[in-house]
Amino acid sequence: MAKKLWKGNEAVAEAAIRGGCNFFAGYPITPSTEVLEYLSWRMPQVDRVFIQAENEIASINMVSGASACGARALTATSGPGGSLKVEGMSYAARNSIPYVLLNVQRWGTGLGALESGQTDYFKEVKGGGHGDFKNIVYTPASVQELADVAYEAWDVAEKYRVGVTILTEAYLGQMMEEVEMPPFKDPVPRDWGIDGTGRFGLGKHSVMMRGPGGMALQGKVYAQIRAEMQRWEEYGLEDAEYVLVAFGLPGRVCMDAVKRMRSAGVKAGMIRPKLVWPFPEDAFKRVNPQVKGFASIESTDFGMLVEDVALCAKKYGFHVPVYCYAHGKGVPGVSKVTDFYHSMENGDVKEAF
Amino acid sequence: MPVKKLPEKLKANAFCPGCGHGTILRLIAEAVEELELNDNKCLVLGVGCSCNGNGMLGGDDFQCAHGRAAAVAVGMKRFRPGMCVFTYQGDGDAGVIGLAETLNAAYRNEKITVFVVNNTNFGMTGGQMSWTTLPGQKTTTSVRGRDCSVTGAPIHLPELIATQFDVAYAARASVHDVKHITQAKKMVLNALQAQMNEEGYSIVEFLSSCPTNWHLSPIDSNKFIAEQVLAAYPVGEFKSRKGKEGQA
Repeated sequence: MAKKLWKGNEAVAEAAIRGGCNFFAGYPITPSTEVLEYLSWRMPQVDRVFIQAENEIASINMVSGASACGARALTATSGPGGSLKVEGMSYAARNSIPYVLLNVQRWGTGLGALESGQTDYFKEVKGGGHGDFKNIVYTPASVQELADVAYEAWDVAEKYRVGVTILTEAYLGQMMEEVEMPPFKDPVPRDWGIDGTGRFGLGKHSVMMRGPGGMALQGKVYAQIRAEMQRWEEYGLEDAEYVLVAFGLPGRVCMDAVKRMRSAGVKAGMIRPKLVWPFPEDAFKRVNPQVKGFASIESTDFGMLVEDVALCAKKYGFHVPVYCYAHGKGVPGVSKVTDFYHSMENGDVKEAF
Repeated sequence: MPVKKLPEKLKANAFCPGCGHGTILRLIAEAVEELELNDNKCLVLGVGCSCNGNGMLGGDDFQCAHGRAAAVAVGMKRFRPGMCVFTYQGDGDAGVIGLAETLNAAYRNEKITVFVVNNTNFGMTGGQMSWTTLPGQKTTTSVRGRDCSVTGAPIHLPELIATQFDVAYAARASVHDVKHITQAKKMVLNALQAQMNEEGYSIVEFLSSCPTNWHLSPIDSNKFIAEQVLAAYPVGEFKSRKGKEGQA
């Protein structure tokens, strides 16, 4: 199929539909609103359910109810709206409800600002609600990758019976790129779900139906996901002196910066996680044993991703400094990344860990 | 003398002795059976004493987060429009923490049924003041009696919904005596019929005793409803089905 220009937020919405999404509930919030707008006319056009809900709390609960009945359900939000969803995410985990949450991140705390950011990293990766549960978290770096993960998301959510978060960024949602849109998919029918007869309910594989200790058994599911969903893009790890770790748009910029530094003879390396949960630990096994340090490049204020980088460095036996370039709002440019790289080389920055 | 049979699917309840919940769930079970909905319904449960309704009707049910039952029910109903979806919530769940979900579902005239049990307090947590608590009524968070000048006045959900939104059916029942129980049953039937006939949103609030937290015997609790609660919460239909009663 020929490629066409798509805006990120519309591409992800269309790819979701083609991946089987047949239920959407959401509330307007910048910079994710185009998803809601697009689906408001597109879902009825293909005979699927669209609800403009009263708020994000109701949206995630509508998604839970619909998914419990067999729907491939989606909700989309940004910043403060994401905070409102976390209660529902915890309940969805407790009920083993598969669903997809699209978070088009805006930068900042509280109201934040409408610029791009990655400041929801801890919320989406480390928790996002009470209790001990995990969502699979995709971090696409292009509009094509955004469409591809939306297309795959429900297959993965239903396979493991977990929530899937697509963690994107304001600029990725707002920018246009060439996309090869996938064909319409016929999802495999589920063998569980509320249909009014009481025959299937949430199914015997749900946390609730496993009986006492059901949540504890979820650890096995999470371990399986960790093993089966290691995904990253890498460059120059085998002989890198310093390895940069970045996801999403900063990841894309870093890849450009690393390639430019390489062409100038600088032995830079790069890991771009395509998922941040599970974190691509296996990438660290491929890093030059003589590496001098790691650095996270991220659009946060004080460093979030850096903690996972440091933990992986420790886990795989690297006793080297781990630095953090926390860019704040927006996306760092190539020169910011190369400047930071050289300041690490020169000992001008203090390590985070 | 003929004895009315228990609904086939109804399970034993775990409520306190004298509590109205058991009666209300039985009425719902009877109505579901009579309307032949046992294989085409989902009970959507709030949090609070209503949680004890889990599994009581047999078949499909779903436990929601506190206050969110109407939103969950909307998701279910929009995806499976032919399925009978009704919530079962307390007054705290539907009328306090879940007021937004309850009113917004009614505002959109979603084709769901909301059953709200009003026992004038937060029963499960030990009897705190609710928005339904009577003026002057003592609870663990209104120990000198509810002072409406600082806590607001009792909320009247069915009246609020009936007067403000274009819904199919809104009523208040009571289960403190046989006459009212008989009336309550008709209201349950009307509410479910309104949904299945695609007339729109329906809500029934039930006045229910809470002997444990009212610190009254079951008999005195029913007297309390008759003598005091009914005066504050009139029983009746605030939005009727426009002559469609009984048209299942």
